[in-house]
Amino acid sequence: MTAAMFIQHFLNSLTLGSLYALIAIGYTMVYGILRLINFAHGEIFMLGAYFVFYGLTLVNLPWPVAIVLSILVTAGLGILVDQVAYRPLRDAPRISALISAIGVSFFLQNVAIVFFQAIPREVYRPSWLEDPILISGVRVLPLTLFVPVLSFLLMMGLVYIVYRTKAGLGMRAISRDIETSYLMGVPVNRVIALTFGIGSALAAASGIMWALRYPQLQPIMGVIPGFKAFIAAVFGGIGSIQGAVIGGVALGFIEIMTVAFFPELAGYRDAFAFILLILILLVKPTGLLGAKPEDKV
Amino acid sequence: MKRFVALFLAMMFALAGAAWAADDAVRIGVFLPLTGQNAFGGQLELEGVQMAHKEMGEILGKKIELFVVDNKSDKVESANAVKRLIDKEKVQAIIGTYGSSLAMAGGEVSEKAGIPQVGTSCTNPLVTQGKKYVFRVCFIDPYQGAGAATYAFKTLGLKKAAMLVDVANDYSVGLASYFKKSFTKLGGEVVSTLNYQSGDQDFTAQLTDMISKKPDVLFIPSYFAEGAIIMKQAKELGATFTIMGGDAMDNPQITEIGGKAVEGFTHTTFPYDPSMQDMNAAAAKFTEEWKKAYPDKEPNVNAALGYDAYMIIMDAITRAGSAEPEAITKALAETKDFVGVTGETTINATHDAEKPVGLVVIKDGKKTYVGSITPEL
Repeated sequence: MTAAMFIQHFLNSLTLGSLYALIAIGYTMVYGILRLINFAHGEIFMLGAYFVFYGLTLVNLPWPVAIVLSILVTAGLGILVDQVAYRPLRDAPRISALISAIGVSFFLQNVAIVFFQAIPREVYRPSWLEDPILISGVRVLPLTLFVPVLSFLLMMGLVYIVYRTKAGLGMRAISRDIETSYLMGVPVNRVIALTFGIGSALAAASGIMWALRYPQLQPIMGVIPGFKAFIAAVFGGIGSIQGAVIGGVALGFIEIMTVAFFPELAGYRDAFAFILLILILLVKPTGLLGAKPEDKV
Repeated sequence: MKRFVALFLAMMFALAGAAWAADDAVRIGVFLPLTGQNAFGGQLELEGVQMAHKEMGEILGKKIELFVVDNKSDKVESANAVKRLIDKEKVQAIIGTYGSSLAMAGGEVSEKAGIPQVGTSCTNPLVTQGKKYVFRVCFIDPYQGAGAATYAFKTLGLKKAAMLVDVANDYSVGLASYFKKSFTKLGGEVVSTLNYQSGDQDFTAQLTDMISKKPDVLFIPSYFAEGAIIMKQAKELGATFTIMGGDAMDNPQITEIGGKAVEGFTHTTFPYDPSMQDMNAAAAKFTEEWKKAYPDKEPNVNAALGYDAYMIIMDAITRAGSAEPEAITKALAETKDFVGVTGETTINATHDAEKPVGLVVIKDGKKTYVGSITPEL
């Protein structure tokens, strides 16, 4: 393998990994607070991408406006999902909320099939994102650099919110003990809504970037990335933001690098992700960083 | 959700079935992928079937009822769909499907029930192998693969090939192996064969590796959803080789979806395309009728195959003078020189249609039919 090829693979891994990381954060945040695996997260991701597409083509919005609007609408939708499907089940056994989450996931998928049709849609990309830059044999799409940088900034923003703001304090308090938080006057429902909002906004952001990187929209596009991100979250230690980031990036590297070094195994790429999940659950069920309760959000 | 939808559909059809049970219409079932990975092709084929049904809604003095079930691009759903058509709707013949994996899953069910099934664009040889009741209106992949290899090697003069294969798909695996067989037999070399799985969206790792092997042509026996992304990513990574594909890449929206990335893309297909120079009477009529029915949509070969599948069943019923499944099956097997939209069709001993391989190139953002070849196997 030449150096240029390795760098190319490295960049591909980094882009894929940062997208997984952004989605994984949404899983981990909700789990940290409610001990709920929000299986509808992949669908939120898909809707975020579709909203931008419709903003651009139907309403003819400029790119930045479409992106911001889509993120806001998706965040609102995430909060709505919580209000409708999870909040009434707050005191029910955890399995009920989990089943509700699976229901929401299928519901959103099928609503998307009805409204957006099952036919894949092309995403029109601005040319400055599409034209590759050639650096000594390595072709770099501006997007390849853009995605990890933007993902990193979004994660920093999130860490700021969680560790430096009052709402973040609320989140951390709830993740420790939801009932005591109630008693201490933490506006629990508002903080939970905010958590869903932020998680969904990040899912929308990654959905949009995913659609720019892999420019095709389908109502089922969120399923596999959703599963992979879930694996990444478990790998990193579900409940831990840092863990989700590490897990996501690691998964991106594992997927691309196995194909890079063992091209004949390319067909089993998805299998590697799931084998990783099984190994982690066997060896260290709490994930890489899951053992430290103070990281839980 | 799949179950829920299935249940819901089953209920709807049960109600519909009860309503129809009284009259003695000819009942034709259709199972196609209307959602999921293959929805692109399935929708088009359904439109073709519906157009044919509109044109010929009666036979032997009886009304023809169509029963459409979505097989969701899923093998298990596909078998379920056929089971439902046979058990609940009591259909006498079945049309479908797009996708060889789906056709094989469905074909097992109709074979057991003894209901004739006519495949639209399922090209893997295994679909009809050893089956008494399964037929198709398309050619098979060994033939198509040889067509693609001959065109690449002889006409375009490309000597080194690479292949990117969907391992989760019978069509893709089959077509790739037939392409390779013919290409190496002609004297070419396959320098790289890499895999992926249906539904993948990231092909950068495979393509980066492939580009380093410097092939002249990349053969992608993919379905449309993946094919368009593969071509985009290949261009982004700086690929300069010619990209070729099979009939599953034939879609009127290819230039819309693929944009600049599909320029120069060449694929084999069935001998029908609206850009074709010398159409037979059936094709000309189909094209005209289609433009009337869907003024904002180009006619396409999948729709043509859906149309042909319906008409070939009508032809069999007419010749048999009966709409009983056994009679239809017998007449279908004897089909000879049936003039369809996709050329003259004779059903051979293995229940496949014999017709030449057409070739389409994307030139200046337009699908261009460049002619047909009859490859040597």
